[in-house]
Amino acid sequence: MARIGVFICHCGENIGETVDCTKLAEVTSRFPGVVKSVDYKYMCSEPGQTLIKEAIKGNRLTGVVVAACSPRMHESTFRKTCSEAGLNPFLCEIANLREHCSWVHEKSEEATNKAIDIVRALVEKVKLNEPLYPIKVPVTKTALVIGGGVAGIQAALDIANGGHKVILVEKNPSIGGHMSQLSETFPTLDCSQCILTPRMVELAQHPNITLYSYAELESLDGFIGNFKVKIRKKAKSIDENLCTGCGLCTTKCPVKKIPNEFDENLSYRKAIYVPFPQAVPNKPVIDRENCTYYLKGKCKICERFCPTQAIRFDQQDEIIEVEAGAIVLATGFDIKRADFFPEYGFGKYKDVIDGLQFERIASASGPTLGEIRRLSDGKIPKKVVFIACAGSRDPAKGIEYCSKICCMYTAKHAILYKHKIHDGQAYVFYMDIRAGGKNYDEFTRRAIEEEGAKYIRGRVSRIYERDGKLIVVGADTLMNARPVVIEADMVVLATAGVASPGSEELAQKLHVAYDQYKFFTEAHPKLRPVETNTAGIFLAGACQSIKDIPESVSQASGAAAKVCGLFSQNELTRDPLIAVVNRTAPPLYSTCVGCFLCQSVCPYQAIEKEEIKAKDGSVIKIIAKINPGLCQGCGSCVALCRTKSIDLLGYTNRQIYAEVDAILNTL
Amino acid sequence: MDEFEPKIVAFVCNWCTYAGADLTGTSRIKYAPNVRIIRFPCTGRIDFMFILKAFARGADGIIVSGCHPNDCHYTSGNFHARRRWIVFRSLLDFLGIDVRRITFSWVSAAEGAKWADLVNQTTAEIRKLGPYTSYHKISKPEEEVIYG
Repeated sequence: MARIGVFICHCGENIGETVDCTKLAEVTSRFPGVVKSVDYKYMCSEPGQTLIKEAIKGNRLTGVVVAACSPRMHESTFRKTCSEAGLNPFLCEIANLREHCSWVHEKSEEATNKAIDIVRALVEKVKLNEPLYPIKVPVTKTALVIGGGVAGIQAALDIANGGHKVILVEKNPSIGGHMSQLSETFPTLDCSQCILTPRMVELAQHPNITLYSYAELESLDGFIGNFKVKIRKKAKSIDENLCTGCGLCTTKCPVKKIPNEFDENLSYRKAIYVPFPQAVPNKPVIDRENCTYYLKGKCKICERFCPTQAIRFDQQDEIIEVEAGAIVLATGFDIKRADFFPEYGFGKYKDVIDGLQFERIASASGPTLGEIRRLSDGKIPKKVVFIACAGSRDPAKGIEYCSKICCMYTAKHAILYKHKIHDGQAYVFYMDIRAGGKNYDEFTRRAIEEEGAKYIRGRVSRIYERDGKLIVVGADTLMNARPVVIEADMVVLATAGVASPGSEELAQKLHVAYDQYKFFTEAHPKLRPVETNTAGIFLAGACQSIKDIPESVSQASGAAAKVCGLFSQNELTRDPLIAVVNRTAPPLYSTCVGCFLCQSVCPYQAIEKEEIKAKDGSVIKIIAKINPGLCQGCGSCVALCRTKSIDLLGYTNRQIYAEVDAILNTL
Repeated sequence: MDEFEPKIVAFVCNWCTYAGADLTGTSRIKYAPNVRIIRFPCTGRIDFMFILKAFARGADGIIVSGCHPNDCHYTSGNFHARRRWIVFRSLLDFLGIDVRRITFSWVSAAEGAKWADLVNQTTAEIRKLGPYTSYHKISKPEEEVIYG
């Protein structure tokens, strides 16, 4: 006979204000099988949990329903509470009164009635719950890091220094990411490459790290502790073991006019190229889309000059299969570019550039060797207008969020400009200055007060060209929206940061959630910011939302700590909510007829064939068997099974029918 | 006479729509109180007999919602659900069951507002259609055996 306890949480006022908890407790106490029903201000608090534990012991409960917040929040908390009181944790269910009831309805009788229905459904379900025991699975102590920007580098180094193997996959020919493109970094004006390249070299030389550059994730199978990863190593057209990185091929290559992505298309590169001088690995790749040999079938000049015969024109993409126990996603971000800002003449006027292009112009390794010059005529710009929030915080552009880093890098640009061109004048159009961070506000104050950048609070409506000048038309909203017209020599747009291209496809390969802007979603915005909802996959850096370098590095170290924590165990325990094939007495043995349709829907190849044998060893029947180590509990096979021979523990047919029945009992 | 309040049962997956409905709550977006949610690991788990059972027990409308195509936590469960729904819908239609009472949707974990809209729209739609008495009449709960 079921003895169910119902524990109703007020969650302070969150539930108690909207739902009549006293009435709820009174009504639920009359449900058949409920022997204890109490409400309490904060059930998740220490006394709340003690109350549950004492009731479990005192009332000899066989099942518990906690009516509180979403099970996604506190299911594990309350299951642990039950476990501590000697009740199997899977005999505890959570009725979601907060997210699904009190927060979405006004205080009313309907809200209380809905709460009663929700609790009734879970009471009927929990009566049919059975004790379940966690499944133990081994852990492969190798981490896969996807993305070799500063976040990926940090995560890889931290995990590797923790004593574990790391595989780092970078899609570009070199690691380094956007940080390697930057000239200086705020708020210290450290040279970006000077602080990054030692890390890049450390990573390449680390005995625990295997680096696959010019490679992408092909597919992912498996689950936490036991991921099976396929990596596509794109053909570099060189034999990396023979190549010494002498660079002779790149000097001899006759194809010269290919826009250089690393310089944001402000310079040219060859068809066989190393993206930048400090690249890691510092070995070239052939860009097959632009190489004369691949386009016309002849040339091979690089091959002729290569002193080590390392060129391989017939090299194919290679698929490498590896196993990993955890994955860190660090695929970074991108910025909005040409055509997105027709009103600013972006893409039409050569001297309207984006922030990353300004970084390259200001960088000593950039196309102008660090001299700030106009792209149109090479003259020194005497007036430069910086426009913050180009695209960001602009619902009309479809980007409602703040890109976060632009205020700071715009201040940095203004300072760098002033340091290089002493008689120049920087203007900054801004909406708000968002300079939250250590020494950040001081930095923007410095740009304004010491470096003399003129900050104008307002938006720019349009930019047009007249007599070689860019006419910037805006408004100063601190001066009664007085129109402002500036004849500028150069305009720099702090364009919105967006998710890295291909984020959606990658998220789908990994089964991690992503938001409307294609940024990956964390498991909890506050308390689990480096985890995804897919166990064993962690987030680092700007792939989650736009972040600056210190934040990316912090999150990467956080993700690395999570991975090391995971790898500190030899076995993982997993929820046993898996499918099972029923077994009955002979001569039937199981209602399964061995059609194996279930095999065709199982995404995890978890369904095997089991032979039922007689004593003499002859096979009586072949039925399906579910491998508990592989089954993830999606239940697709259960719904498909024609003879209803498979059931899903925790979501059995009987439990769901009971829920349906209970919900509609009075609704 | 009081306005007819439809009874609607929502079968949702844990990873997308259940989390999306959580987000609706976290965002404090209000919606009609007519829907009761049953959580599944995946829409691929949803046996369409559950829907018929709900109608038999007095539901006036059903929502089935899970992850968007390609976003399934289990790779392909939502595709199986969608395929099953397409076949099942024709069958139900053939049998004379009002398929307008079943709403099939995708709501992701980030679409809290969409969940509220879905609930409100479905409630308004079912309110227009009225109680599903024709089905309730032919189903006699006391004679049914719970299937297990």
